[in-house]
Parts: sequence; C-alpha cells; structure tokens
Amino acid sequence: MTRKIAKLLKTPFFCTAMAIFFGSMVACGILLLTGYSASESLAVMFNAVFSRPKFILNVILKSTPVILTGLSVAFAFKSGLFNIGAEGQYIVSTIASTITGILFDFHPIIQIPLVILSGMLAGGVLGGLVGILKSKFGIHEVLTSIMFNWIALYLCNFVVNIERFHKQDSDGTYSINPSGFTLLLNDWKFSEEGRNFLKDNPILSDIILKTDFNLNFLIAVLIAFIVWVIIYKTKKGYEFRVSGLNPDAAQKAGINVQKNTIYTLFISGLLSGVAGAFSITGTSIHNIQTLSMFENYGFNGLSVALIAGSSPLGCIISGLVFSALIYAGQSLQFKIGAPSEIVNIMIGIIVFFVALVRIVPTLVNRFLEREESLDVK
Amino acid sequence: MLNNILIAISITLMYSAPLALAAMGGVISERSGIINIGIEGMMSIGALAGAAVGYFSGNAWLGLICAGIAGGLMALLHAIASITFKADQTVSGIAINLIGPGVAIFLSRYFFDGAALSLPVPVKLPKVLDQKYLQGTSFENFSIDVTVLIAAVVVIITWFLLYKTKWGLRIRAMGEHPAAVDTLGVSVYKSRYFCVILSGILAGLGGGTITLAIISQFTPTAISGQGFIALAAVIFGKWRPFGAYVACLLFGFSQALVVMLGGGTLSVPSSILAMIPYILTILVLILFVGHSSAPKASGVPYEKGAR
Amino acid sequence: MEISKDYAVQMRGITKIFGNFKALDNVDLDVKKGETHAILGENGAGKSTLMNILYGLYEADAGEIYLNGERMEIKNPSCAIHSGIGMVHQHFMLIDKFTVMQNIILGNETTDKFGIINTRKAKKRVLEIMSRYGMKVDLKRRIRSISVGMQQKVEILKALYRGAEILILDEPTAVLTPYEVDELLEIIENLKKDGKTVIIITHKLKEIKKSSKECTIIRKGNFVDCVNVEKESEQSLAEKMVGRKVKLSVEKRPASPGDIVFEIKNLNVTCERGLESVKNLSMTLRRGEIYGLAGIEGNGQKELLEAIIGVRHVDSGKILMNGKEIQNKSTRYILDSKISVIHEDRHKDGCVLSMSVADNAILSKYRERKFCINGFLNYEERDKFTDQLIKNYDVRPIGCKNTKIRNLSGGNQQKLIIGREIANNPDLLIAVQPTRGLDVGAIEYVHKILINLRDQGKAVLLISLELDEILDLSDRIAVIYDGSIVGEFNQEKANENNVGLLMAGGKFNDAQNS
Repeated sequence: MTRKIAKLLKTPFFCTAMAIFFGSMVACGILLLTGYSASESLAVMFNAVFSRPKFILNVILKSTPVILTGLSVAFAFKSGLFNIGAEGQYIVSTIASTITGILFDFHPIIQIPLVILSGMLAGGVLGGLVGILKSKFGIHEVLTSIMFNWIALYLCNFVVNIERFHKQDSDGTYSINPSGFTLLLNDWKFSEEGRNFLKDNPILSDIILKTDFNLNFLIAVLIAFIVWVIIYKTKKGYEFRVSGLNPDAAQKAGINVQKNTIYTLFISGLLSGVAGAFSITGTSIHNIQTLSMFENYGFNGLSVALIAGSSPLGCIISGLVFSALIYAGQSLQFKIGAPSEIVNIMIGIIVFFVALVRIVPTLVNRFLEREESLDVK
Repeated sequence: MLNNILIAISITLMYSAPLALAAMGGVISERSGIINIGIEGMMSIGALAGAAVGYFSGNAWLGLICAGIAGGLMALLHAIASITFKADQTVSGIAINLIGPGVAIFLSRYFFDGAALSLPVPVKLPKVLDQKYLQGTSFENFSIDVTVLIAAVVVIITWFLLYKTKWGLRIRAMGEHPAAVDTLGVSVYKSRYFCVILSGILAGLGGGTITLAIISQFTPTAISGQGFIALAAVIFGKWRPFGAYVACLLFGFSQALVVMLGGGTLSVPSSILAMIPYILTILVLILFVGHSSAPKASGVPYEKGAR
Repeated sequence: MEISKDYAVQMRGITKIFGNFKALDNVDLDVKKGETHAILGENGAGKSTLMNILYGLYEADAGEIYLNGERMEIKNPSCAIHSGIGMVHQHFMLIDKFTVMQNIILGNETTDKFGIINTRKAKKRVLEIMSRYGMKVDLKRRIRSISVGMQQKVEILKALYRGAEILILDEPTAVLTPYEVDELLEIIENLKKDGKTVIIITHKLKEIKKSSKECTIIRKGNFVDCVNVEKESEQSLAEKMVGRKVKLSVEKRPASPGDIVFEIKNLNVTCERGLESVKNLSMTLRRGEIYGLAGIEGNGQKELLEAIIGVRHVDSGKILMNGKEIQNKSTRYILDSKISVIHEDRHKDGCVLSMSVADNAILSKYRERKFCINGFLNYEERDKFTDQLIKNYDVRPIGCKNTKIRNLSGGNQQKLIIGREIANNPDLLIAVQPTRGLDVGAIEYVHKILINLRDQGKAVLLISLELDEILDLSDRIAVIYDGSIVGEFNQEKANENNVGLLMAGGKFNDAQNS
C-alpha cells in the first residue's frame, strides 16, 4: 500500500500538481493578509476562465505563444542549455514577420508560410548566433542571450520608427497585409451571411466573433508532439540528451557537442520564432509596437518550461495553466480590486515549489529504502 | 566639451552604482558556489522597500537600509531552496525573479491605493558633490551621488573580503571544492547562507539606490533588467569584484551615451544608441575575454557525506 | 580487548546504514598509541566509511568511539580536528587554484585584526613541521602545478599543522611511484618516532608488510580479524580479505604478437595551459599483445589519450591506425577506425549516470545502422542488445535494463561499459585504469576479458597508474615520464625496481642494470 502511494508521489505530474496547490495556498494567504476574501477571489478567477465560451477560448489562444516559447526553453534544457534568450528570439521574429508581412502581399497560400518562416528564421538565427558564440568563443549562453534580448528590444523600436513601416499617430507599425493573417473565418464572420448565422448561435458567436479565432493553438500542440519525437525518438535527440546530461561522455562517444550546441539553440530559436510569428499573424492588430519593456513572452516560456519539468507535452498543459492564471488575474483586479500581480506572485511561488518538489522523488526513495532496510532487520 | 565629459562621467557613475552593488552581491554568492540568477527579483523588492519606507518615514537613509533588508529576506528564500533543499539554483532564481517584482508591485498597490507607482520620496539620497560646492568653477555640471561612493566602497570591501581575509579564503574555497572546506571543520551550509543573504542585501541596496537616488519613486519599470545586467557583469568580470565593476562602468557609460546623444543634434536614432552597450559587450567578449571559468562547484548543491 | 589508555583509537560496534545497504555492521577497531595500524579490505568493504566516521564526516548509526581510553562523540570534522585526528583522503581535498600555503591554512588561518590573513606566523610553523619530518614542499606553488606526490605531502602537512596526533591515510600509495612510496614510509617512520599514531587504509598487501605492525581486516562491512602482520603471509592476508582462496598473480599464456595495428610517430601535444605535455612520443602496438604504459599521474597520459581520440589537437607527429592517419580527425572518425576506449573515470567519460542502462548500452554505437533507421532510434534492437550485454557480462541485477545506470554498483557499471566497447569489435582497445574502484572478483573478471581479447588477436593499450596491474598484465611495458617514453621492457625483463626508477625520472641505462 505504502509502495503504491509512494510510486504515485514520485510521478512528475503529482509533484507539479503539489507545487501548484502550494502556490495557490500561499497566494490565498497573501490575499487574506491584505484583506481580500480568498474564496471570493478564487470564485472570480474560476469564473473569469470558465464562465463563458469566449473566456475559455481566449485562454487557449493566449496560451499559444507561451507554449511555444516554453517548448523552446524546454528543448534547450534537455540539451543542457539555458535559453534565457527566448524573449529576444520572440521579438526578432515579430519584427521579421511584420516586415515581410508589410512588404509582400502574395496569395495567402504563399504569404502565410512566408511570413511565418521569416519569423522563425529570424528567431533561429539569433539562437544559432548564441550557439556559435558559445561553442566557438566559449562565451556563456546566458550572458549573450541577455545582451541579445536588449538588442532585439531596441531593434524593434528602431524598426517601428522607420518611415516605411511606421503608422502615423501611433506607436506601432502598419498591420501586415491581411493575406498573412492566420485567423479562421475572418472574412466570413464579418460578412452578411456570417453575421446572420452567428446572430442565431450565441455560443458560436461568442467564440468566433469576439476572439481572434485561429488554429495556431492546434499547430502549437502538433509542434509539441514533434519536439517530443525529436527528443525521444531520433538519433539527434539522443545526442542532444547525452550532450545535455554529460557533455564529457558525449564528446568521448564521438558526439560533436559544439556543433550540437549550435543546432540546439538554432532549433530552440526557431520555436520561439514560431511564437513570435503566430502573434503577428494570429492576433490583432498584427503589428509590432514600441517596447518600453519586455512583454515577457519569452521569459514566461521559462516558467512554462519549468512548471512542465522540461517535458514537451507537459508544456501544453503548463502553458494552458499559465495562460489561465494570467487571464484570471486580470479579472481579479477588475472585479474585486485585488492587485493582479497576485498572479505573478502565485506563478513565482509555483515555480519555487517546483524547484523544491523536484527532490520529492529522492525523499520518497529514501523513505522506501529505510522501510526495506527495516524489513531486512 | 569639458562640460559634456563631466556630465558623461556623472551619469556613468550614477547609473553604474546600483549595478555595481548588485554585481558585488552576485560575485559573493557565486564565489561561494551558489548561482544567483534572482538578482533582478531581489533588486525589485529593494526598490519598492526603499521607496515606500523613504516616503512614509521621510528618511531616505532609513529607506535604503530597509531596501537591503528586503533584498536579504528575498535571498533567504533562495538560500533555503538551494542550500537546505538542494533545489536547482537556476529554477529557484527564476522563481525569485517572478516573485520579487510581483510582490513589489502588489505591495505598491497595497500601500499607495492601488497605484503601481509609489508617491515620490520627500528627500532623495544626497549628493556628495554638486553645484552647491562647485558653483563658479568650471566643474559646475559635475555631480556625484552618495550612492556612487557607497558602491565604490562596497567594491573595495568585497575585494578585500574575498582576497585578504580568512572568510574570503573560505568563500573562494567553497566555490571550488566544498567538501575540502567541510573536512577542515568549516560549515559549508552556514557560510553559503551568509553569502547568499549578503548577496540579497547588496542587490536590495542596489534596487534602493535606483528609487532613492536616481528616480525618486517606485515604478513598475524602475527595475527593468538591471539585475540581469549585473549578472552579465559578474560573468564579464570573470567573477572578480574589480572586473565586474569595470563591466558595470561600461554599462553605465553607455547609458550616459544614450542620455546625452539621444536628445542631441546627432541623427543617430536613440534605439540604435541604446543597443551599443550590448553589442559592445559581445564584441569585447569575443575579442578579449573568451572562455570564462565559473567557480568549479558553482550551481552544484553540496551534500554533506554524499557517496 | 579492554578500553585502555594505551590505545589511541578504539571503536566498538560501529554500524552504518546507507539506505538499504549496510556499509558497516558491528565493527571493532583497536589502534595502539605510537604505532602504524593498517586497515585492509577490498574496494567497497567499508574501510573508508569506518574512517570517515572516525573523522566525523559520517555519523554512525550505532557504536562508540574511544580516544586514549576516553569516550568521545565525534559529530563533525571540527570535533575530530580538536581531538587531534587528521585525515588524508584518497581523493585529495585540495583547492587547485590556491597555493600550497593557502591550502594548509584554510579553515585555521592566522590573522591580524579584522580577519586579515597573515601568513608569517603560519609559515614559521609549517617550515618547522617540514624540517622535523623531512618533507620539502614549495609553499608558493599552486596545487595544480605540483606533482601528486607533493600534493600528498601538502595533505599531511595540513593535518600536522592542525596538531594531529592520529593521522589517517586513505589509500596513500595508490598514486605514488615506488620511490615516492619509500619516501612516504620514511615520513611515517618519522611520525611514529615523534609519538604519532598512523592508520593506513589500503588493499595492497605489500605495503602492509612494509609499514604496519598490526592490521584489521574488514570484509563486506564486517570485522574479520585483527592480526599481527609479521605472523601472516601475503597469501593468508589476501584470503582473509576476500574470504576465499585467491590467485595473486594473473594467469596467461605468452603473447604471440602479429602485425602492427597501431602506431604513434614523434607525437607532440600541448595542454590547455600551453605547456608541452607529450614530447616526441612514439610507440608501436601489434595484434595479440597488451602494451602497458606505466607512469605517474600528470606525465602526459591524459593528453596522449585525448590526442589519440581526437579531443585534443596534435601539434606534430602521426598517429596511424591500421596504416591510416588519424591524427586531428574527429572523434567519430577515430572511433569508427576500430578503436574503443574504456575511460578511467567512468562516471565522467564512460556513461551518462541519469540515463537508463539500455540508453548507456548504445552510447558508442547508436549511430550504427542496426540501432538507427533513417535518423530514428530502433528501441527494439537497443533492448535486445542490452539484454545480451547483461547476460554475457553478468551485469547485475538481471533485468536492470530500464533502471538508471546510477543505481548499479561500480563493478556492474564497468562490466556494462567494457561489454559495450568490446561489442564494437575494435582492433585496438585502450583501457585506462580499467579496474579502478572494483572489488577483487570484478578485477579478476576484467583482467580475464582483456587477456581474452589479446588472445583473439586484438591489441590492448593499458594505461594505468597502478604499477602492479601493468606488470601483471602487459606483454610489453613502456614508461612515460614528462611526456616521453623513457624506456620499454618485455614483461620478463620488467620489475618494480627498473620500471619504478624510470617512472621517477631515472635513466634507462641505470634502470636496465637495476
């Protein structure tokens, strides 16, 4: 019996669930201390996510970029690399997608892949550059990534202010040409026919009309599966994992660790790139704007990857949880005036507990061993 | 011309002071073997504590002290996770970076009626040199904040602590080979706790100097990346106090460039100017620094009597 | 035996449990004051654990410790140091980047005001200790730039500086040349004259005979016997240690060397600090022979190996495998030229501890067509292959395929790794310290495998710091000193004296005469 419970305790899923539970508890504690009702807050947060189909869909749509940046970070983690540069890769991707989206206007069948690929490539190149700097010059990837994040941010502001792209009397660029939109039913839902149809279907109208209804989330899920396959089923993935867990042994086994570092960070950058490109093609207003600070899509990917324990499929769930929390936090402020930052604190505490519960399996093992040794006696 | 140079030096020193304080924290923590990626979070909480206490008490010095304490408390969390629970230090640090700013803004809203900005502190930290003393000389535009002096003193003390005292010898040894230190009867756990908390105090002070000397209030963007820059400075400076300080001066100088050239007649867009320090850093690293070697045991939880 | 003042250390009923493993079970120890006492046991028998308990690094689950007849609680190393116990660990506890002096005073610094270190006082003391016991160490050098023998002296100095009356030496001779061993024995003799007590942990029988009067034998965590060394033969000590009859020498037929398979010509290699580590080195290996490379640590073995397998740049010279030049080729290319390596540090270089046994089994062969189809791993083949290795090489526990290799014992890890490398069917197997940390049974097994391989017509390059192993196994023995091969013997001509002399930097002509 104890053995069964112990086994359950050891599963990563349970550990993470425990971390989320503790995180919520502490957050409730803080709310209580500062004079808000915890139960009311929880109710508000629950309603904010589940009370309308539109809310649920929005949570799903908003999870897309963080799932992708989460995958980006998780993929690098699996190879022993810390991609804190997902933020910058995300930003350069939005820049590249916006530029191609504005400059070209092909048929959607060409335009959409073109816009997305340009974004991906931009992210990939930035990631690959970090890889080259690490493997050729021995410069720590965290250091270069931090620098590139800032460079990307200012590059964004620079591009926004280029005359060709800048939309007057705004702090952003023009939107990309609609041929690059990956919204679903976008033309139809504003057409006569669409409006009439949706008028009679309140639920559908809620999800289709009032959100940036698109399929990007499904593609993100698909990508998560692809990443999983690469890591666990392919030769390269095996090399990546060996390099990550023990670079010395990898090198001695004939694996070119340095080259793999570049590949890994390139792929990692591609993934953050998809996140950036999707944000441009899939969410209005389809442009980039002057950034005074990071928008944290990349940094949030860190949290998502950590909560998921770097598991690619886990990123889907943790991305959804993450997005739901952020979404709920906003309504918390709106409805009962509790600072929405409580959600950031909560996520931070969850990650903190994730760090702590990582040792639960070890503790359980120790407990089991002790039991056994008592049996022996 | 002289005028511009003086202003540039003033701004450089002003902006580098908080970075230097935080970077010294980073140096101490990492030298003892604990990676502190949570500097940013510790600075945020320090920035808020400094501004809030400074506002309510009217005493900027008291604010600064509380900023240090707040940063130290945040670091205590990191220490518990990474030393006692042997958690992944990077993960714990990232958590601190999420919790720190979250708590800071949350408290700001709590204390200042829902505003993410605090009210300005009545008196900023003083300047040791400014117009008052230099009126009529050609150094009129030169000014030095007291925080600049504090930072410089902290850098020297850190160097002194690490390289001249017995505690420094032990701290450096711990970052290289903790088991060796343990077999000599020095508690690795206790010393690492001390270093991590000290590192938080310094980061908190760094945050406090931003809200108490540079801007006079807490804003959500008061701490926006300085912690990471400090972290970069630590690596750039090869985990040495003076090396890190030089890196901080470089970042401070580039800030000065942005401030001075940005509003000027030059046709360079400010965003390109703002990029320069970061590009410069990478170039310097490629050309001069190369392989940086972290303390050997950095990031590895120490388990006493591990087999 | 009674508790008495005549004994420096007495331990009673010491028991220590790690998880579900009883490392020590009711062990007693009695060490007379002013004597050298040996603790004999195989790797993993619990010798070091016992001493770590005495030094306060581990806490015993049961048992008592008496020092000079008085009951003591030794909770941590600090207590041990205060009670006059010093310990030199097998893996030295020295900080590479620090100077000798810094290492000696660490944790016990002499200071002025404000904790500022002042080495003057300390230096006087250290110099005095050195002269009293006949040791010479340059205090200003950094640890990484001095020899292993020197490092050991630093460790002994560290203990004496802290006023140790009882000195524990854990496998002190494992890394020394015969000459350095003699030096160490002399130091021990001096210590004894001065009234100090020395405890030596070892599994080497010869040294016990040379150094100690009494010897406690431990087997699998149990106390076996405490004997008077003079009255025992090496054979009887060995049997008590292992618990069955053992052959002290390796059985093998004379070699019948064939064609040249591997050749190094005038090789020059520099290390990361820019120093020449391998200088003009040449060697030739034939099929069907074991070529032993003897030498003290740090004489270029590491760089030589790295150069051979392509992880270090070759400055000049040639490396030929089956007549093909392989110097400065990629590691992958070199391994594919039918070279396999058993690395010295299996945890660092030989396996990935947090991966499963099966994943580790394919570490050097995952690229082969059999295990990899169109870029996808073939898990079925992997499992089949792993099962085979587990069966053929007696890796235990059976059915450990999916457990992490971390959870296997050192011997079983090594068996798997050796099996894996041999399955590559190499023409040259490079084995670096292949029996490090293994128990006698496993050592015999590994030796047998290497000899079998030789008999199948493969070449084996054996690089080892353990002179005995080299002398027992090799058909030809070369000595590397300061990056060059300074002498080569056929097995029958080689002995501890002439090889040992070369290892210490002696001339080949002198060595041939000795």
